[in-house]
Amino acid sequence: MDDVTANSAESEVMLSLRELRVAYGDREILHGINFDVRRGETLVILGGSGCGKSTLLRTLVGLEKPSSGEIWIKGQNIAAISPVEMDEIRKKIGMSFQGGALFGSMTVGENVALPLREHTKLEESTIEIMLRLKLEQVGLAGFEYYMPSQLSGGMKKRAAVARALAMDPEILFFDEPSAGLDPIIAAGIDQLILELKRAFRMTIIVVTHELASAFLIADRMVLMDKGNVVAIGTTAEMQKSTQPRVRQFLDRIAEPEVARELDYLQMLTEERRPSGRV
Amino acid sequence: MALVAQIGESVTNGLAYLGSLATLGVRASYYTFVGPFRGKPLRLQRAISQAMDVGVRALPILSLITFFIGLILALQGAYELRKFGAIDLVATAVAVSMTRELGPLITAIVVIGRSGSAFAAEIGTMKVTEEIDALETMAISPVHFLVTPKFLAMIIMLPCLTIWANTMGILGGSLFGVLQADFTLNRYIRASVDSLFMRDITTGLIKSVMFGITITAVGCFEGLATGAGAEQVGRSTTRAVVMSIFLVVVVDLLFTGLFFFVSGE
Repeated sequence: MDDVTANSAESEVMLSLRELRVAYGDREILHGINFDVRRGETLVILGGSGCGKSTLLRTLVGLEKPSSGEIWIKGQNIAAISPVEMDEIRKKIGMSFQGGALFGSMTVGENVALPLREHTKLEESTIEIMLRLKLEQVGLAGFEYYMPSQLSGGMKKRAAVARALAMDPEILFFDEPSAGLDPIIAAGIDQLILELKRAFRMTIIVVTHELASAFLIADRMVLMDKGNVVAIGTTAEMQKSTQPRVRQFLDRIAEPEVARELDYLQMLTEERRPSGRV
Repeated sequence: MALVAQIGESVTNGLAYLGSLATLGVRASYYTFVGPFRGKPLRLQRAISQAMDVGVRALPILSLITFFIGLILALQGAYELRKFGAIDLVATAVAVSMTRELGPLITAIVVIGRSGSAFAAEIGTMKVTEEIDALETMAISPVHFLVTPKFLAMIIMLPCLTIWANTMGILGGSLFGVLQADFTLNRYIRASVDSLFMRDITTGLIKSVMFGITITAVGCFEGLATGAGAEQVGRSTTRAVVMSIFLVVVVDLLFTGLFFFVSGE
């Protein structure tokens, strides 16, 4: 554990959050988030439903605007840059969505090649080669002519990872990589994330609530609760933590019975977001 | 007081809605007419496949509907014209009402039903499955990628469909003319063509382009404004159809008024 922290302390900071706040209307979802992500590390953002982890991820990739605070990616504060500059940043990050978000009207190959065709002036033959390479990396060699609807849930996620990898991103984001998959397929996705980390020293940020998967892939973890960061640390530090909220989450202890109606009401309203996503 | 506040709020919402539509329309026009010269090429292949959907595949149903409309117009016109012994004017009545008004309007309504709703459903589903978000994280503008091909297809295909609809309407009228009003087909067509001025046709076509812009903007906007969940897609689609029909009629009124007061036509 010590050597992990020592190593990463020396390496360059890829992404850095300073007092990040996000609000929908008058309701604040994230109440001032601070942490750094270093090059080559895998950071897992853990938390229960409605803790704001998905909102955090959406803000990091520029899908939501922060109400205040700073997000530094590669020396630029994406909370305060123009849409054109944001697009340049976006070409250097990859995002794998929960359901894959593959375009249903295109084949798997066209999906993966789309960022290349849009943003590069590569020859069609080069794109073909890169596309095969990306599909091979995620274990989908030979599937380029399939339609997304012909793929299983796990294969869709792999294809989505291949698309996220298309532009050789420096940071890769995962939203709930194992959601909706059976344990064996989910383990396969975990393996894939570990391979990407090992082979490319890629900086990876994963949002999940799956503990087993989190401990397997993470170098460091961030535990969130009700829009705040409760704890940050390496997997070993987290396991040793005596903080009640951390213990409750890691030991899977149920929330104490809600005694008063008012508390319950508050819990309900805190967990609801306008877009319906929790 | 509450009523005034409510009216005020509705007006503000309505204006905000029109503003959003205009923004989307302007962005789509930018990508269609300016973008290609600024290194953002048009997606011609997607536009052509959209044009097939919007235009070519609408031909059978549009032909049938406008043929019947032409026939109905002839029947209704003849009812009145017969009283004056002016049944010969039935060709003129059908030709003028088709090209100036009903051709563009009926075409727009058929296209709203077929394509306006489909735009909202397609984009709405993509919104729900995070495909729109995926486009944005890949630095691809959803407006450029999804809306522009539809926009281009619409502003080209709607006038074409309108010309076709006018022709079918006149042919529908000719069925009555030949069977009931002692016309030969040849003479009916000639009478129709003679009764039309160029401006009858052009005003109809100008309106149809405006209808195309309206339908695309509403359909795509409603799609992009879809909330989370499958039932929201249904809601967006319904709203797209209702709003498009309403706004097409409003645009029709505005342009008909404009043509009337500006050129006295």
